[in-house]
Amino acid sequence: MSTSFAECSARQRVGLMLDAGSFQEWLPPSARVMSPHLAQLGVPSAFDDGVVIGQGLLQGQRVFMAAQEGEFMGGGVGEVHGAKLVGLLQRALRDQPAAVLLLAESGGVRLHEANAGLIAVSEVMRALLDVRHAGIPVIVLIGGANGCFGGMGIVARCADHIVMSDAARLAMSGPEVIEASSGVEEFDARDRALVWRTTGGKHRYLTGDCDVLVDDDVQAFRAAAIDALAQSRAITLDSLEREHRLLARRFHEAPEGADAAALWSQLGVVDALQVPDLDAPAIRGLRGALAASLAN
Amino acid sequence: MQWTLLAEKLFGLDHGISAQDDFLSGTVQFEGAALTVIGTTNHAPIGVEMALKQARRVLDTLAQHPGRAILLLIDTQGQLLRRRDELLGINRAMAHLGCCIDLARRRGHRVIGLVYDQALSGGFITSGLIADACYALPEAEIRVMRIPAMARVTKIAEERLAELSQTNPVFAPGVQNYVAMGGVQAVWKHDLQAGLRSALRDAPTTDRRSRDGQSRGGRALAYAVAQQVLAA
Repeated sequence: MSTSFAECSARQRVGLMLDAGSFQEWLPPSARVMSPHLAQLGVPSAFDDGVVIGQGLLQGQRVFMAAQEGEFMGGGVGEVHGAKLVGLLQRALRDQPAAVLLLAESGGVRLHEANAGLIAVSEVMRALLDVRHAGIPVIVLIGGANGCFGGMGIVARCADHIVMSDAARLAMSGPEVIEASSGVEEFDARDRALVWRTTGGKHRYLTGDCDVLVDDDVQAFRAAAIDALAQSRAITLDSLEREHRLLARRFHEAPEGADAAALWSQLGVVDALQVPDLDAPAIRGLRGALAASLAN
Repeated sequence: MQWTLLAEKLFGLDHGISAQDDFLSGTVQFEGAALTVIGTTNHAPIGVEMALKQARRVLDTLAQHPGRAILLLIDTQGQLLRRRDELLGINRAMAHLGCCIDLARRRGHRVIGLVYDQALSGGFITSGLIADACYALPEAEIRVMRIPAMARVTKIAEERLAELSQTNPVFAPGVQNYVAMGGVQAVWKHDLQAGLRSALRDAPTTDRRSRDGQSRGGRALAYAVAQQVLAA
């Protein structure tokens, strides 16, 4: 019996992903480390400011873990929420766990405390890169209904590995924001198929923007995290030059317009129009044939 | 301030910076040392293309001029809001730019950000906010959103937000608020050359923004909470 990752709370995900009973939470809800700004605004606060952090075992290996709660302010990063992530990453640098797992579910900066959230996201980014440069793999797992957007979409792409489900989304600006700014003809936010073709897990997997595509199943996420343990990817001048070539080629050679199927065809997917109907294993089967165009 | 005037004030008439559409780049001489200048103007939106242009200059500096300082001149309206850019992975391109700047710092390049006009959201995270330190001119504007827009999104009365922002810098735009929170190291008020000189000499190489935010009274909890995690 599988358990939907998307339908679990952040705390349930942590408990189910790690070896049973091994999770030890830091600054748990009982500590009531909360946002002072939401209180000032008269907006309901959360006792954990919407993020669970701590350590536990993943197949016997000690890992640090953070999970954002999408049900609280869309997983938005405020001052305290961001500081918990930064503290976890700084502690990883000190204590050297086997990996840091970040279950990202966030709309990005929490607009109620936007200035502090923006700085916090950049602090998370720098702290994450410190951990990565120390050779400790950072694994981002995205499977919540709110997706991973804004500053957290950038943070995710700074990690060693990204795991997504086909129900997940990874992007910068949400479709509603683009529609509000540039019109419905630019991006129809209510067209769910269009939204998923543009930002969903299958698309990100076929383009190599995520490394692993799994079913919406907590155990599948756990297995993917175990596979990524001990696989640190160093950032070097060479690796950044390769990334640059890949992104520049993609940008210059992409078909006109913003049609995902045309892009998939160009990548070598034979029947691109079928992609939205395929399940995760079938999509994984496609990528082997695309390896050449994704190689960086 | 116009970028041309800024360039003249900092580096003289023959500054060596040129604009290609909204993208600024050049190599300048400052007090006997060469600097790479990378920037944007006209409130440029940062899409995949603009992120890659900036990253290219950072990588070239890393490869060809080890140790050369980099000055980021910031004027952006934030990330480009286009479906095509989302499709092509704008977040990946911006992260790439951030990783390039971050690697420059790690390899001993001083990286200084200067908000000379406007800095918003996504366009700022992978420029000034990932430099060694970010500075601003007094007339610059830094924000995620203005109070009226924030009132609409949060459904909190504009008057209430305006009132709260008098005492809490997280609610309102403004350079001074970002200084108080530690996100901006200092404002260059009069002598711009003196500002750059001291930045190149004194900018911290580790991230001490949460500590600054605490000592300046603009972010009371960021540093303390991270410390609590370390001690838990």
